[in-house]
Amino acid sequence: MSDKPAPAAPQQSRASAKKELPEHFRGYKHVWVFVELERGEVHPVSWELLGAGRKLADQLNVDLAAVVLGSPGDATRKAVNESFFYGADLAYLVEDSILGDYRNEPYSKAVTQLVNTHKPEILLLGATTLGRDLAGSVATTLLTGLTADCTELAVDADGSLAATRPTFGGSLLCTIYTLNYRPQMATVRPRQLPTPVRDETRTGRVIEFKADLDEDTIITKLLKFIPDRESAKSNLAFADVVVAGGLGLQSAENYQLVRNLATVLGAEFGGSRPLVQKGWISSDRQIGQTGKSIRPKLYIAAGISGAIQHRVGVEGADCIVAINTDKNAPIFDFAHIGIVTDAIRLLPALTEAFRKRLSPENADRLAG
Amino acid sequence: MKILVCIKQVPDSAQIRVHPVTNTIMRQGVPTIINPYDLFSLEEALKLRDKFGGEVTTLTMGPPMAADALRKTMAIGADRAILLTDRFFAGADTLATTYALAQAINKIQKTWGALDLVFTGKQTIDGDTAQVGPGVAKRLGLLQLTYVSKIVEADEEKREVVIERRAEGGTQVLKTKMPCLIAMLEGTNEVRRGSISDSLRAARADIITWSAKDAEIEDLTKCGLKGSPTIVKKVFAPPVRTDRAAFVEPGKNAGDSADVLIEAIFKRHPALEDDMTKLASGF
Ligand SMILES: Cc1cc2nc3c(=O)[nH]c(=O)nc-3n(C[C@H](O)[C@H](O)[C@H](O)COP(=O)(O)OP(=O)(O)OC[C@H]3O[C@@H](n4cnc5c(N)ncnc54)[C@H](O)[C@@H]3O)c2cc1C
Ligand SMILES: Cc1cc2nc3c(=O)[nH]c(=O)nc-3n(C[C@H](O)[C@H](O)[C@H](O)COP(=O)(O)OP(=O)(O)OC[C@H]3O[C@@H](n4cnc5c(N)ncnc54)[C@H](O)[C@@H]3O)c2cc1C
Repeated sequence: MSDKPAPAAPQQSRASAKKELPEHFRGYKHVWVFVELERGEVHPVSWELLGAGRKLADQLNVDLAAVVLGSPGDATRKAVNESFFYGADLAYLVEDSILGDYRNEPYSKAVTQLVNTHKPEILLLGATTLGRDLAGSVATTLLTGLTADCTELAVDADGSLAATRPTFGGSLLCTIYTLNYRPQMATVRPRQLPTPVRDETRTGRVIEFKADLDEDTIITKLLKFIPDRESAKSNLAFADVVVAGGLGLQSAENYQLVRNLATVLGAEFGGSRPLVQKGWISSDRQIGQTGKSIRPKLYIAAGISGAIQHRVGVEGADCIVAINTDKNAPIFDFAHIGIVTDAIRLLPALTEAFRKRLSPENADRLAG
Repeated sequence: MKILVCIKQVPDSAQIRVHPVTNTIMRQGVPTIINPYDLFSLEEALKLRDKFGGEVTTLTMGPPMAADALRKTMAIGADRAILLTDRFFAGADTLATTYALAQAINKIQKTWGALDLVFTGKQTIDGDTAQVGPGVAKRLGLLQLTYVSKIVEADEEKREVVIERRAEGGTQVLKTKMPCLIAMLEGTNEVRRGSISDSLRAARADIITWSAKDAEIEDLTKCGLKGSPTIVKKVFAPPVRTDRAAFVEPGKNAGDSADVLIEAIFKRHPALEDDMTKLASGF
């Protein structure tokens, strides 16, 4: 019953029955991006969203606004300026000491108040732990639609937001609309969209907003924040070179071949979802829709078939190299370079060949 | 402690196949399972009940066959299970789902007393939005704790809960009040198998089945497809790139293949060699 995006004809006929946008929503204008500022740092997905938001705003001929929440101080002001560098025309700034650390209550209150006051037509958030926690609360309070984990955003001929995401199980995508409600909300995963060019000459208007918040009425308290150990962090999402393996490797032992190649390349390693389910790799190494999206310069996929859930996580790579024994594997539909061969035999040879090719002596030779 | 756990029955993704010609999902014969993420929340709820006493109720909105998933929760140890099923719920997006669930939860509280905790899974493996937990919390006015890796303390007397929560770059330790909604992270506990007496009890148990009317859901326009602000307009196969992969002919042996492959990569992306040489030597 909840499988509505399954490719069934009736839904498409219903979808075309667009009503007029109700009167009270007509005043909703402009594209907003929630800038995720946590512990003094902006999550890079915010810049990616500003890049996408810029295109939507230009097409709609409206402003792009950054929404910045934080405690009063330099980090918050810096986030505002950076938002301009990455494309925002204006920034709604909510400065309040209550907003220092993320908590659902004050954040969802502040964002909801801001939306109800300034009425955006589109509101985008990152599909991060913070963004997902916040977006669901805000959309429910506003009683509007929220499309999760989009891989692509566009504006259609009517000016409606067309948010595309993979559908369950198959090699299919679906485009979801929120036609008769405002704002149209969507979350987008980190590294799904390119980071726009940073332009330090750009500036914009700052609109300060005083949210109605009171620490005494906020029940949830932060007792402590324990930062991750540096070594525990995998840099998969931001790595320049990524090597990954799939079920084609056939065993956890063979997966070691992926790690060996990654070590020689100074690369990060990862894999398809079944490897996480089998316990060959930890879940923060999963690449794809329900794992990490990556945008490396080089992505080497060994023994991965290339299901849509995997594909959407890697399509941002500049160069995708696929190693697969099946010449009809879907991965060859989006890889740039393919080789039809046994990965278990190729990987050790590739590791050796790269080791030689990329050795410092060779580097000197190249430089000289 | 009175605890509710929301669960969803989902197709076993490991067994989903896509029709090679029509590109549609072949659902027929695909077994269903309890959404795997929900089991971690169920386990946490059972642990709290075992410690403090009380009862664990499970709830799902779904087709009649979702009763199987609920029966399974009872075999694992849940005390009571409720199936919310009605044709009015069909085609619900997350907003319409949370409306129906919240109404049913109100009815549950009316029938069996106020809840201390409501659990959901982190997300499902089919819809995969992670929006239902926050939505239910908002509709019921519950404090919301998502991505919880550990329940440090639950104090029934003081009505306080202390938890650890996964955040960007670290772990938040939060204190809040009951009643609240908790979504557990996966892998945070060992899900029990359930005792033999539990499975015997489950096999005989009645799954309480509620229609919209039974759950005292008044506004049917807020349910199902009607109550869903999102509309799926188009389902399509990803555009096939006209340029399929440039295939590299494997060599006589793996070593040759490796050489030609590397040649092909650097020929296509000349700047890569320099970048990768730096990376390989640890710059
Ligand atoms: C809701 C949902 C979310 C999902 N999210 C993700 C996700 O985030 N990431 C993800 O990866 N998957 C995800 N999946 C799973 C996805 O649909 C696929 O099942 C999965 O990506 C397949 O993994 P695989 O390519 O390793 O295995 P398979 O599909 O089994 O492919 C193995 C491949 O290896 C090849 N092969 C076999 N032997 C060799 C050999 N010796 N050398 C070289 N090649 C060989 C085979 O030809 C085959 O193409 C998701 C699924 C669902 C339903
Ligand atoms: C491919 C696909 C894409 C979709 N995209 C969207 C979208 O972008 N936006 C949108 O609003 N809807 C979307 N839907 C509809 C959505 O999946 C349904 O509304 C579904 O009933 C609940 O969402 P979920 O499966 O994402 O649950 P999640 O929000 O991921 O589930 C979180 C937790 O909530 C509980 N829960 C979820 N569903 C139920 C239930 N029926 N009964 C009891 N507890 C439950 C479980 O504990 C679960 O672990 C999509 C559906 C599909 C199949």
